[in-house]
Amino acid sequence: MEMISRFRDKDIVKLLLENIFKETETDKIYNIMEVCGTHTMSISRFGIRGLLPKNVRLISGPGCPVCVTSQGEIDMIFELLKYNDVIAAVYGDLMKVPGSDGRNLLDLKAEGKDIRVVISPLDVLKLKNEQKKGVVFISIGFETTNPATAGLIEVIVNQGLDGFYILTLNKTMPEIIDILLEDKELNVDGFLCPGHVSVMTGESLYLPIIKRNKAAVITGFEPVDILYSILDIIRQINCKNFFIKNNYGRVVNSIGNEKANGLVYKYFEPADSIWRGVGTIKNSGLKIREQYKYLDASERFGLHPSDKLEIDGCKCGEVLKGKILPNKCNLFGLMCTPENPVGPCMVSSEGACAAYYKYEI
Amino acid sequence: MNSTTMMLGGGGKATNDFIKNYIIKYFGNVYLNDLRDASKLKTNGNISFTTDSFVVKPEFFPGGDIGKLAVYGTCNDLAVSGAKPKYLSLSLIVSEGYSLENLDKILNSIKLAVDEIDVKIVCGDTKVVERSEEPSIFINTTGIGELVVDLNNYNNINIGDKVIITSDIARHGLAVLSERNELNVDTEIKSDCCNLYKIFEHVGYEGIKFARDATRGGVAAVLNEIKEHSNKGFLIEEDRVPVEEPVKYLCEFLGFDMLEIANEGVAVLICENDKAEEMVGKLKELEIAKNARVVGEVTDSKKVLLKNSYGGIRVVEMPDGNLLPRIC
Ligand code: SF4
Repeated sequence: MEMISRFRDKDIVKLLLENIFKETETDKIYNIMEVCGTHTMSISRFGIRGLLPKNVRLISGPGCPVCVTSQGEIDMIFELLKYNDVIAAVYGDLMKVPGSDGRNLLDLKAEGKDIRVVISPLDVLKLKNEQKKGVVFISIGFETTNPATAGLIEVIVNQGLDGFYILTLNKTMPEIIDILLEDKELNVDGFLCPGHVSVMTGESLYLPIIKRNKAAVITGFEPVDILYSILDIIRQINCKNFFIKNNYGRVVNSIGNEKANGLVYKYFEPADSIWRGVGTIKNSGLKIREQYKYLDASERFGLHPSDKLEIDGCKCGEVLKGKILPNKCNLFGLMCTPENPVGPCMVSSEGACAAYYKYEI
Repeated sequence: MNSTTMMLGGGGKATNDFIKNYIIKYFGNVYLNDLRDASKLKTNGNISFTTDSFVVKPEFFPGGDIGKLAVYGTCNDLAVSGAKPKYLSLSLIVSEGYSLENLDKILNSIKLAVDEIDVKIVCGDTKVVERSEEPSIFINTTGIGELVVDLNNYNNINIGDKVIITSDIARHGLAVLSERNELNVDTEIKSDCCNLYKIFEHVGYEGIKFARDATRGGVAAVLNEIKEHSNKGFLIEEDRVPVEEPVKYLCEFLGFDMLEIANEGVAVLICENDKAEEMVGKLKELEIAKNARVVGEVTDSKKVLLKNSYGGIRVVEMPDGNLLPRIC
């Protein structure tokens, strides 16, 4: 906890805010995107938006793994449970995400489907002993969580365990960052780069950002981290000198975690993936390698994502791409609330709509 | 016989034996011993009346068990509404195959709790249901208390009144979750399950305008409930909310909001502005309220707002009823 409290220190926060106010040029608008959902949550939870000068705008990006999962991919989970008597192991965030018919996994569980919430992929191994049904781990996540899924596969393979399957909905960051950078409408001047993802990827992931004269600052999740990085971005914009800065050096090194990446690509290969509200992005997902195909739930149970779009009116795609603020979606807070969500952005613990709904005044 | 069978709830000899050997043995008193169809009770003036069912799993957890919870839970509801708990009903629903040893442990724990609060069990019921999965036990208790002061009147709440939290928060929810092995971490956290009537016995009622215990949904749920019914708002200071370091750390780690986690021994008191600090001083004399704090005040904002140490303000929403750990 001491580790955390240093990064929440009142006096440091005050000092950083004073500097941000001092160095912000009033005739400029600073558009800063936080790529990561955990950043979005922290910003809202600590009330950071309200502490900044009006012309420093924080825009939420695509970094919530559940939110970027396309409707077609989510429907695959429902298909799996509809036709197969299996145990589905999922992360908690998924439980309230609605399928196309409006029902969620909590509804299915109440109907008797065997759905278990796990905190880490290795928890999945414990489920097998209880029953002789197949266990399917629904794997969702970015660079941060992908190695953990690979770790699960490694245990299954090494121990020759039977009856475990993985439904791989994992995605990777570089391709979506490219898309954001190419977007002419999206006028972002700098990025708060995701701390957790960077632990795995290192700094090189953000080279395209600075090549386009935008700031890239790798940032932790505490108020001091976030404000310090916002100040850095403001400084880079002011003097038009753009470089990758690592403000999360206590955790992130410049080359990333080669061992974890090695593990990921031992079991996975890049594959096209459908992103919610964006569409198919080449090589932005992961697929289990041919050699381990017998573990692939989509092969075993014949599942294919449909190209179903979001439920009518849901603007998740626009929110993910930073085009609109969550509260500008017509359904926000009316038809779409955390109890009655229309899109995953409203239920995932890292979703931008949820962050706005829950915390913003 | 070392586990329950359908016989036990059948109404015949087995039922009678159970009542004699367990229920009367533990809870016998002048109202119960006659085993009348309904008990004849005496109260003075207004009563408070409440009921609650307890389905906690597992039934034993660090700091308590379902039996203790079933007594404290209902009596605490009476206490925070301004009543002195007097009488309780006790209904057991057990599935066949439930271990009698565990049942005995639970009844013993109920006995200790009713003695501590000085409340009497005056009626009850036992049903055995067919076993489906793991044998389990559910308990319903209904309570009657003598109303001393009405602490549930929203009209008594005024802007400027202070909010007191009587103990550090979020222990019960985490203790139960970790006992269920759902957290994957070893914790030493114990449930705060305790008798809240002690608080009122000790500090009296003067200056307290409203009270509620922060059980399911935690402090966030209580404040939002009061907000809704009173049409007022709250400004709470995050730094003042009492919470133990390991609890805070675990919440951070798992992505839980400590304000949303269930308690069993925490009351939220709304107190007259100028009596609040004195009240906290008195509360601190009690072991169960040694961490009491004034945490904020009633405002006209019609929102529950939480202010952190550097002035950032966020909304505290009504929890949506599902504690789910985050993805990364
Ligand atoms: S408010 Fe709901 S419907 Fe609108 S974008 Fe967010 S999740 Fe989708």
